[in-house]
Amino acid sequence: MNSVEIKNLDLSFGSVKVLQNLNLDIGQGEFIVLLGSSGCGKSTLLNCIAGLLDVTGGQIHINGKNVTWAEPSERGIGMVFQSYALYPQMTVEKNLSFGLRNAKMPKDEIDARVARAAEILQIQPLLNRKPGALSGGQRQRVAIGRALVRDVDVFLFDEPLSNLDAKLRADLRVEIKRLHGQLQNTMIYVTHDQIEAMTLADRIAIMKGGKIMQLGSPHEIYNRPQNLYVADFIGSPSMNFIKGDLSGGTFRAGDMVIPVDGYDFAEGTKREGAAIFGVRPEHIATGDALASAPIRTQVTVDLVEPMGADTLIYSSIAGTPVHIRMDGQAVVRKGDTVEIGINPKDASLFDPDSELRL
Amino acid sequence: MDASRRPNQLFRNLNAKLASIPMIVTALVVFVGGTTWTVVHSFTNSRLLPKLNFVGLDQYERLWSSSRWMISIENLAIYGACSMILSLLIGFTLAALLDRKIRFEGAFRTIFLYPFALSFVVTGLAWQWILNPDFGIQGVVRDWGWEGFVFDPLNNPDIVIFGILIAGIWQGSGFIMVIMLAGLRGIDEDIWKATRVEGIPAWKTYIQVIIPMMRPVFVTALVLIASGIIKLYDLVVAQTNGGPGLSSEVPAKYVIEYMFRAQNLAQGFAASTMMLVSVIIILVPWAYLEFGGKKRG
Amino acid sequence: MADMTANAPVLEGPSGPKPRRRFSRRNIFLYGTLIVVSMYYLLPLYVMVVTSLKGMPEIRLGNIFSPPMEITYEPWVKAWAEACTGINCDGLSRGFMNSVQILVPSVVLSIAIASVNGYALANWRFKGSEVFFTILIIGAFIPYQTMLYPIVIMLREIGLMGSIWGLVLVHTVFGMPILTLLFRNYFTSIPEELFKAARVDGAGFWGIYLRIMVPMSLPIFVVAMILQVTGIWNDFLFGVIYTKPETYPMTVQLNNIVNSVQGIKEYNVNMAATLLTGLVPLIIYFVSGKLFVRGIAAGAVKG
Repeated sequence: MNSVEIKNLDLSFGSVKVLQNLNLDIGQGEFIVLLGSSGCGKSTLLNCIAGLLDVTGGQIHINGKNVTWAEPSERGIGMVFQSYALYPQMTVEKNLSFGLRNAKMPKDEIDARVARAAEILQIQPLLNRKPGALSGGQRQRVAIGRALVRDVDVFLFDEPLSNLDAKLRADLRVEIKRLHGQLQNTMIYVTHDQIEAMTLADRIAIMKGGKIMQLGSPHEIYNRPQNLYVADFIGSPSMNFIKGDLSGGTFRAGDMVIPVDGYDFAEGTKREGAAIFGVRPEHIATGDALASAPIRTQVTVDLVEPMGADTLIYSSIAGTPVHIRMDGQAVVRKGDTVEIGINPKDASLFDPDSELRL
Repeated sequence: MDASRRPNQLFRNLNAKLASIPMIVTALVVFVGGTTWTVVHSFTNSRLLPKLNFVGLDQYERLWSSSRWMISIENLAIYGACSMILSLLIGFTLAALLDRKIRFEGAFRTIFLYPFALSFVVTGLAWQWILNPDFGIQGVVRDWGWEGFVFDPLNNPDIVIFGILIAGIWQGSGFIMVIMLAGLRGIDEDIWKATRVEGIPAWKTYIQVIIPMMRPVFVTALVLIASGIIKLYDLVVAQTNGGPGLSSEVPAKYVIEYMFRAQNLAQGFAASTMMLVSVIIILVPWAYLEFGGKKRG
Repeated sequence: MADMTANAPVLEGPSGPKPRRRFSRRNIFLYGTLIVVSMYYLLPLYVMVVTSLKGMPEIRLGNIFSPPMEITYEPWVKAWAEACTGINCDGLSRGFMNSVQILVPSVVLSIAIASVNGYALANWRFKGSEVFFTILIIGAFIPYQTMLYPIVIMLREIGLMGSIWGLVLVHTVFGMPILTLLFRNYFTSIPEELFKAARVDGAGFWGIYLRIMVPMSLPIFVVAMILQVTGIWNDFLFGVIYTKPETYPMTVQLNNIVNSVQGIKEYNVNMAATLLTGLVPLIIYFVSGKLFVRGIAAGAVKG
């Protein structure tokens, strides 16, 4: 049985369609990340699952129960918010227990749950403080604890780390991953940060304009993007795209000729005509790695950005500007000529009209 | 050598200092100087003209043994207490109702706030007419057949202050509503979402979460109501002119009567000094709380 | 996009939006309360309007809530041009003219001075400027009664007691705390880089004020104007103390007309006069809408 099932979900505000005929099945214990730029509908979808927004069409099932019309509190979910949404006048302990006390749960049961949540999140020393006296990271732990004490199967995270600085964000990211390993709950996590998505997710759903553009493991999303949008969205700096023509198993752009016999074409797509060749900056081989790349060419360096671990080179292939990621130890200067290599197995081909992967 | 010397401190920023002269004069001469002058002269026996003929606390003894002053104080206390409670209650309730994502919010807000644009004189005269015992509400209800109906606050010395209260609340509660609504709108949307996920009913959320969060807004509202209450003058003059008899007198009116009508300046000064003292008693704890709050946060 | 848009079979049970009844208990309570309360707020306006359109015989017979059987505009004419205050009988028109003559210079002067104050406090702080500002703000809380008489003496000394200009000065002084605060906070929110850039370009105190600050701050000038126009128009206390019968503002004259003990009470004329006096701020309120709210909120939330 799936943990969460979303069936033909529609949501519109007036004439604006925010979510369109959306379907998503989430397995028991799965960590799903909804990823997209702002306005793509990811937070809206999460709010619909939580029951904080009334849907316009379709159904939502949680743990096999149709909860489309159920109140948020009856859905068996816990939610963690970007702004933490802690009750500022209550101590951490009261924050954790407020919902349970309201539900008239016996006191020792409440105490047991609060103690367990505090232990898991290591916030026992903070129980008698108010949120105002906590750091951002501590507040977010308390906010997670508030979802934890509800003892539910599905956790919803609405950009929980966006208000933290980079260092804390990395720490809490690891913490959340560990928490998932320990609790084995289903988690649905909304973010616009692709690093968070890649590191945390079992599967990522990349959204745009109220639709899911691709649903897959981080590995799939990174290596086999299903369309131009996903290819461009994931990776930093983003994939290089070169426009050209495909004919007789060869991709041509200007004087550049790339045989694509090693490329794994998707079933039922065209093998001839206009195409876009996409290759990630880190998949353009230089130096020692050249040996494994069948296609080689020379490019001139326009600009060098040393970034420590690696060095980014701005250049152009067949008149198209490209980024190339080199080893950080490589010595290159503006105006140098560098030999590069491409392996078609690492590349992606797209149809320029449908923008889908070939 | 000369050129490198610092220019005279007095002439730095000269334009800004010149431009601030009206502010400095107002602050020092009118506010500090005027208030001090009045306080000092409250210890004299000035009658028609201010004189520095000190008589100690005589004026204050007279003041506190004057039944007119005692009535004024009592009226202000009743009006003040009721006005604070009712304004906060009505203001918050209306704001909470308007904050429930309702239709026609703008129209309702416009209706609740328009009296605040009107002067106390207009307010007082309008309610004087509505509360007119012959033609107003009392007269209408009697016409409907309830002959014994009595509702004549403006003609009954015992309850006249409540007649003024009705008008005062009508005029000012919309303003408190606006402040409360701004406070409610400042509350993080996620707080509401969190309470819904936890299944807390809306009324409980208001009492246990929202109102405690709005403490600074309530304090601001209270200070505003309080400073308005002490100024209460025009409304009384227009609605009852202190009557029937002296039953709706208020301190601000007492001061003006003694200064400008009864030609007993020092008595007016003493009364106004008492008003100043009561403002300080209200304001100092508030300023302390505000200051303390900033230090903590 | 591949397998995701394939329509999954929709199962039995709830689907789509949660059904909501138009007349749920919640809605009846919510809108019911709001409508009842609205009636309390609208009642006086309604009563004033209907009373002012009735003739005296109808008022004596009927009730104050019933609409006029025969509409007459005579009370309005009388209130404007003929009503008596006990001293003269030329209606509210005299008070209206006085109020306009008080209003215009008061608004201009108070805003001009307060905006320059706020500008100096925001951008050209000097030693002591914050001290004076603090005194000014505390002054806003001092009951007017403690300053009334010293001002009488000052106005006498400069020969303005009883004149319109004396009252203009009083309004300028008492409007200063709140307006200065308003402008200071607004100018502080303008990026300081702009001010610095102008100084680098060689603009001075007045140049920056006139060419940079004022053009950028028109909304706050409008807010200040709304605040001052309603405040000064509605003033009664200063008007009654610092002017004489010939220069009484409209509010004072209205009170004298309605509460004059002589003659028979003409309630319809009284209500017409009351409405006439309330008309200016009401028009400003209904026209300015959100800005009015912003003005009073700015006045309310200190610091």
